[in-house]
Amino acid sequence: MQEFLQHTLNGLSTGSIYALVALGYTMVYGILQMINFAHSEIYMLGAFAVYYVARFFGLNTPSTLNFIIGLLSAIVACGLVGFAVERFAYKPLRKTDKLNVLITAIGVSILFQFGGQIIFGADPKSFPDLIENTELFNFLEIPFNVVDLLIYGVTFASLIALTYLVNYTQRGRAMRAVSTKPDAAKLMGINNDSIISFTFVVGSVLAGIGAFLVATKYPKIDPMMGARIGMGAFVAAVFGGIGNLPGAVLGGYLLGLGECYLIGYGASTFREALSFFILILILLVKPNGLLGKTAKEKI
Amino acid sequence: MKRFLSLASSLFVAGSLFFSTTSCTKKANDNEILLGSYSSNTGATGSFGILQKQGIDMAVEEINAKGGINGKKINLINYDNKSENDETLAVVNRLVSQDNVLAIIGETTSGKSKIGAQIAQANKVVMLSPSATNPDVTKVGTYIFRACFIDPFQGKVMAKFMTENLKFKKAAILRDVKSDYSVGLSDVFAGEVKGMGGEIVADVSYQEGDIDFKSQLTAIKAKKPDVIFVPGYYNEVALLAKQLKELGMTQILLGGDGWSSPKLYEIAKEAMNGHYFSNHYTTESTDPKTVEFVKNYKAKHKEDPDVMAALGYDAVYLLVEAIKNTKELNRETIREELSKIKDFAGVTGKMSMDENRNAVKSAVVVKTVGPEYKFITSVDP
Repeated sequence: MQEFLQHTLNGLSTGSIYALVALGYTMVYGILQMINFAHSEIYMLGAFAVYYVARFFGLNTPSTLNFIIGLLSAIVACGLVGFAVERFAYKPLRKTDKLNVLITAIGVSILFQFGGQIIFGADPKSFPDLIENTELFNFLEIPFNVVDLLIYGVTFASLIALTYLVNYTQRGRAMRAVSTKPDAAKLMGINNDSIISFTFVVGSVLAGIGAFLVATKYPKIDPMMGARIGMGAFVAAVFGGIGNLPGAVLGGYLLGLGECYLIGYGASTFREALSFFILILILLVKPNGLLGKTAKEKI
Repeated sequence: MKRFLSLASSLFVAGSLFFSTTSCTKKANDNEILLGSYSSNTGATGSFGILQKQGIDMAVEEINAKGGINGKKINLINYDNKSENDETLAVVNRLVSQDNVLAIIGETTSGKSKIGAQIAQANKVVMLSPSATNPDVTKVGTYIFRACFIDPFQGKVMAKFMTENLKFKKAAILRDVKSDYSVGLSDVFAGEVKGMGGEIVADVSYQEGDIDFKSQLTAIKAKKPDVIFVPGYYNEVALLAKQLKELGMTQILLGGDGWSSPKLYEIAKEAMNGHYFSNHYTTESTDPKTVEFVKNYKAKHKEDPDVMAALGYDAVYLLVEAIKNTKELNRETIREELSKIKDFAGVTGKMSMDENRNAVKSAVVVKTVGPEYKFITSVDP
């Protein structure tokens, strides 16, 4: 029983991270119907931004102030990179075929991965300790640590904030309008470009927060760190129904739990296989994902 | 026509440049001994390569300062393979056919050494790897040697250390399924532990690049082993040690020489304390040769010589010993003499070449205490 609980807890913490990154994939897909493959690299750049800011200011001790500085630098850096990527790589291709943008996204992703290896170096860096990961309380001999609880909290807070933003604000209504009928949205006085830019920045900021929390929990960062998590998060987003916010979180948790039970109960070699198995299964059985809606195409 | 002319003339210029450079390098200088080395000075295993090169350079400088080999100075050409496989092919080819070196030293990792070995063997040039521990490397052919022990020996050393020194019976294994090194060590360890009356209570796996090991550790925790054998590389081992502590587990971790890196402590901090791994040598050795090497290296680089540097240093002296023994110096005689080496005293211990061109030498077991490795015991082959 205790072992099962521990596996569940491990799964929830892995799942939260998938969920945070998956939210970024799903938001961009929701508005542009494109998969931003560079999302996982924006995530990686977030972690490196904190690393270099911390090194520049000599922050290496756990304190609330240092933690906030770290979080803010991840948010600012990812927001800026997300904005720049959209502005310079995707916007010029807005009018062309969807495939062109998709291939560009893969190109941007490769550019960041290998550019990162040249600039930061390919060897892993040790991430600074900005918060003390102490044990808060102990339940049935299962330790609960600060960073884990932070990750759960931030994931839920992000989901609630995003749902509120999309469903109950003026800007959210504009986002939904651009997503369903871009041309009609323009006629209603919405500046499509600025709404799309805004969506990218929000998605990238989430990646930044995720990267900061992950790097705090697993203090080893390298230019390829985005690839693995990005793949899991992408599967999670498709699993839950890409374009659907609660779907991304649900998909993230299910995938995280699935992986941890799989490893915990005997088949540790098949961890990678699980996410791809789920991806194939969901595409065959329910291509819109668990919570995805089938949109009627009007001809 | 004009275009054709300019094209032809530029081709001519390029061609003549090419010939002039090759003819330049081909002309062997009678007063020097031309050796080659290749290493990952940049890229994924860059820290291994740089350390190894520092060891090699130091040995060459020492020998040349003392007048070289029989009055001839050593000229060592080093190329960076950027930790890449195809780059390794290119640079070893260049050493063998363009620079015409007499023998090659390289590489730190088993994977790259195996690639370089193919070319060295095909061209009948001796290649001596300072630190490739995978058994397959020297199986490439009769010109491929190594200055270190092989993986199965490390598995044996740790099994012996667990049952005889720590007096434990129950072990769990956590192996990196993507790495030949890790799988090989795990299999040997499991066999040896069972042979010594011990028990393997769990055998689970992870993959290189994983960052979360809590599920594996939770599964291991339920089986209550005394120790966990993790023959992986420092990247993963450091995160794993951290998570072991977070889960409130107190098992001791055991591992192999893949742990040996300053990054191990940088990433894991105090979570890394009190674990053991097998290594090629220790800076605490009282052998006067080692003491002198550590002193000189420290004076030059302001840090303790890593095992990669020590093995690189030994590889140069080993090769020089073989060259000294030759009557007529060429690629073939170096091979003959190198295979005859017996009881050569290096800074990483005494070594002899066995019939498979692997150095037979003892291993040490060290304990991680902060950023340092404390010498615990030495195990003879």
